[in-house]
Amino acid sequence: MADNEMYALHVNGTRHEVADAWIGESLLYVLRERLGLLGSKGACEQGECGSCSVLVDDELVCSCLVLAASAVGQAIVTIEGIAPHGAPSDVQRAFVECGAVQCGFCTPGLIMATHALLERTPQPTGSEIREELSGNICRCTGYGRIIEAVQRVAVWRSIEP
Amino acid sequence: MSTATREGTIKGRLGDSPPRPDGLAKTQGAFAFAGDLSADGFLWGATLRSPHAHARIRGIDLSAAWKIDGVAAVITAGDVPGKPTYGLISKDQPVFAADVVRYVGEPVAAVAADHPETCRRALAAIVVDYEMLPPLFDPERAIDGSHPPIHPDGNVIRRQRIITGDQSLQGEVIVEGTYELGMQDQAFLGLEAALALPDPGGAGVELFVATQWLHEDRGQIAACLGLAPEEVRLTLGGVGGAFGAREDISLQVHTCLLALRTGRPVRLAYSREESFLGHVHRHPATIWMRHHATAQGSIQRIEARLVLDGGAYASTSSAVLINAVTHVQGPYKCANATVDGYAVRTNNLPCGAMRGFGVVQACFAHEGQMDKLAAACGLDPVEIRLLNAMETGDSLITGQVIENVAPVAECITRVAALPLPDAPVGGRDGDPLDLPGGAGLTADPAHIRRGIGWGVAIKNLMYSEAFDDYATARCTLSNGVASLKFATVEVGQGFVVLAQQIARSVLGVDDVVLEPIDTTIGSAGSTSASRQTWMSGGAVDGACRLVRERLFELVGAQYDIEPVQLAIDGRDVIDTMGTLRVSVSAATAGIELVETFEHHHRPTEELDENGHGNCHTAFAFVAHRAVVDVDPELGLVKVVQVATAQDVGVALNPLSVLGQIEGGIAQGLGLAVMEEIIFTDGRVRNASFTDYLLPTMLDMPTVVAALIEHPDPMAPLGAKGVGEPPTISSTPAIVAAIRDAIGRDLSRVPVRPADICLP
Ligand code: FES
Ligand code: FES
Repeated sequence: MADNEMYALHVNGTRHEVADAWIGESLLYVLRERLGLLGSKGACEQGECGSCSVLVDDELVCSCLVLAASAVGQAIVTIEGIAPHGAPSDVQRAFVECGAVQCGFCTPGLIMATHALLERTPQPTGSEIREELSGNICRCTGYGRIIEAVQRVAVWRSIEP
Repeated sequence: MSTATREGTIKGRLGDSPPRPDGLAKTQGAFAFAGDLSADGFLWGATLRSPHAHARIRGIDLSAAWKIDGVAAVITAGDVPGKPTYGLISKDQPVFAADVVRYVGEPVAAVAADHPETCRRALAAIVVDYEMLPPLFDPERAIDGSHPPIHPDGNVIRRQRIITGDQSLQGEVIVEGTYELGMQDQAFLGLEAALALPDPGGAGVELFVATQWLHEDRGQIAACLGLAPEEVRLTLGGVGGAFGAREDISLQVHTCLLALRTGRPVRLAYSREESFLGHVHRHPATIWMRHHATAQGSIQRIEARLVLDGGAYASTSSAVLINAVTHVQGPYKCANATVDGYAVRTNNLPCGAMRGFGVVQACFAHEGQMDKLAAACGLDPVEIRLLNAMETGDSLITGQVIENVAPVAECITRVAALPLPDAPVGGRDGDPLDLPGGAGLTADPAHIRRGIGWGVAIKNLMYSEAFDDYATARCTLSNGVASLKFATVEVGQGFVVLAQQIARSVLGVDDVVLEPIDTTIGSAGSTSASRQTWMSGGAVDGACRLVRERLFELVGAQYDIEPVQLAIDGRDVIDTMGTLRVSVSAATAGIELVETFEHHHRPTEELDENGHGNCHTAFAFVAHRAVVDVDPELGLVKVVQVATAQDVGVALNPLSVLGQIEGGIAQGLGLAVMEEIIFTDGRVRNASFTDYLLPTMLDMPTVVAALIEHPDPMAPLGAKGVGEPPTISSTPAIVAAIRDAIGRDLSRVPVRPADICLP
């Protein structure tokens, strides 16, 4: 490909050189195809489904809508960086326990969005959960068990903050 | 391997809801979906699609595409070495269009290159010379023969009538209506994706793919590649949902062809827009019905005419049609019927399997009729349905006797007893999100009207019409650990956890290893038709039982006890008439017991020309009640609650059952009020998640679910399939609730704002 660039991204606390990349590549593409971080998923590449959600400087964004080269100098956290592999987060555990995972394609994005929601609003109402997570589409579960999982984490955190 | 006895009872047996074995990896982004798979030195593949609904291909110029740096292959119909066409029931769909394109989106060529962007440029450089042909979009013109055949197989894919009983009976009460359904997309999240690895010298190919039925794919792929089936090896790539859309071939043959042509691994993945064009959809349908009943409301005769638009290629249209015509009576007694159904070919997108498979269409019509009949007889929606509810031993209009448990009345009365939402219109705390229009703040609560509606359904389980859709499983027991091998596709429904539960229950083990899901064992049939719990569940159960027999023989011989006296108790083999107790781990230390089992369901028959025959394997039933709030001025709907009672036989994993119920209702809600693929001249206008609306968390109502558990003696584990029923009658229940709210007849789904608020 022509128009190649060399830049570095800070992902999950590690600096990654991105060489020989086409400048038009999205952050989602670079994370997945160049850095091998396959946990972020693409289901629409249009900002409509939330499967590709990552944190950029603590803000939840759709990585399919961000040009990778524009995220230089920002701290990126992906699903791989949300908790160590052997020590899943409370959100991850609650999703499994509550039956919030079926095919699992929406799941990494929903885990990211749930972490972000509970950071901002530790005890969300049902209505707040629905509104805040309405940018994440799940085609399998009908959302009932996902809402249950979010509420379970909120309870856990209120008992043991 | 430690054989130390574990404390407590075995967790995760049948009836429990243990965590899925793939659950944690899925939450960590560590589960490999088909689109995540890669190989050293791979190339990207991409597909060129027809921009026209019906045209002759006069020529294709590939020269400019070949000249682009990084392009490794450009292939068309002439590069297909084997059978040029494929298909699930009739092989009528070309791998690449050779002479004629029949829908917008039909594959014409494919490329392999070093980067997705190179692929895009290569596709843009291919020049196809098309000569327009008159398109056929109107199904009625396919039926009346006024349009020349658009395919050598003709424009009518199948016609099926059901002629039963008195053909001239006229009821004291007669109601009629015409019902229409738009085209729904399965919209699974994990887009079509595959990775093909060519064998050296092109002697064969290995394909990792997200599909619903590995062995059927393999047969179709091998035929097109001109290879023997054993030269094509398939392994399941992680599947991000399916809902019927992966039952047909999409990118499988193209990916293999590109890999064999280039001698390199090839990855092919669809974009969302391409996915709308690249898989089959739910059939749009027009159904006319007339019900004849006594003055008291007992159904005496139904008349129906069903027209399903199959689009350009047959796919499973003929089977979808059979489901539609044989379910059009609904879960109600009916002795006389005059039914005529067509599945036709047009230049629209091909249609095939989607959750509910023809019964969704039939149910929307028969449930609309039931409400009309109730009104005409002065009954309420519950009374009319209870009055006519089918029971075990009743005959369908095909003559088939319902032998399964058939708790139709119980489903209805259980739902009626479930609490209605306790909050008034708009919720209790005046949150705008609880009103139609939500955060748009468009609703004036004083004008919002609440409505309640009902839907009840019957659904066949497994395949029909003499098809033997068996399933295979192998169980290995060694050192107290069971391993299971099957080709059963996990699409998200949770068969992987159910299989472990079965093995734990039968064998008294804690640890159950699942081997890779691939074609190195016999077929499991498709993950569709609500069939895998019954079929593959039956196969796993059978294999585990055979292993258990071997275990009892072994222990019996060792201790001189008749094997029939032995049983599993906890983690031990015990003598039911003596004192022996030996752990399964100890009994299987250092040995391996291996057994394979094929589960076949009872045989079924084809329908005759009058639509008679025992064509279905088994049936399940469900009832839904929906509560909606409607803004009649803006035409906006908020579904407030859906209550349901479902005939599940036995809930082998209650959490998974609930997940199927809630997820199925979400898709039924989508069809009721939001989801439709919209066309202009055969061109999809909303092939994106921006324009094709899917239910979000804000659209989903509270679901209140009751499980009706009567173990079905015909089912291997007593359990009926649960995947499809939730999708079927939730749609008519929601539409009935909207009708109830606004007092207007609505006969088409999805219900659009204009249908509600314009005169
Ligand atoms: S893939 Fe980014 S929002 Fe859908
Ligand atoms: S679990 Fe399949 S999309 Fe959410």
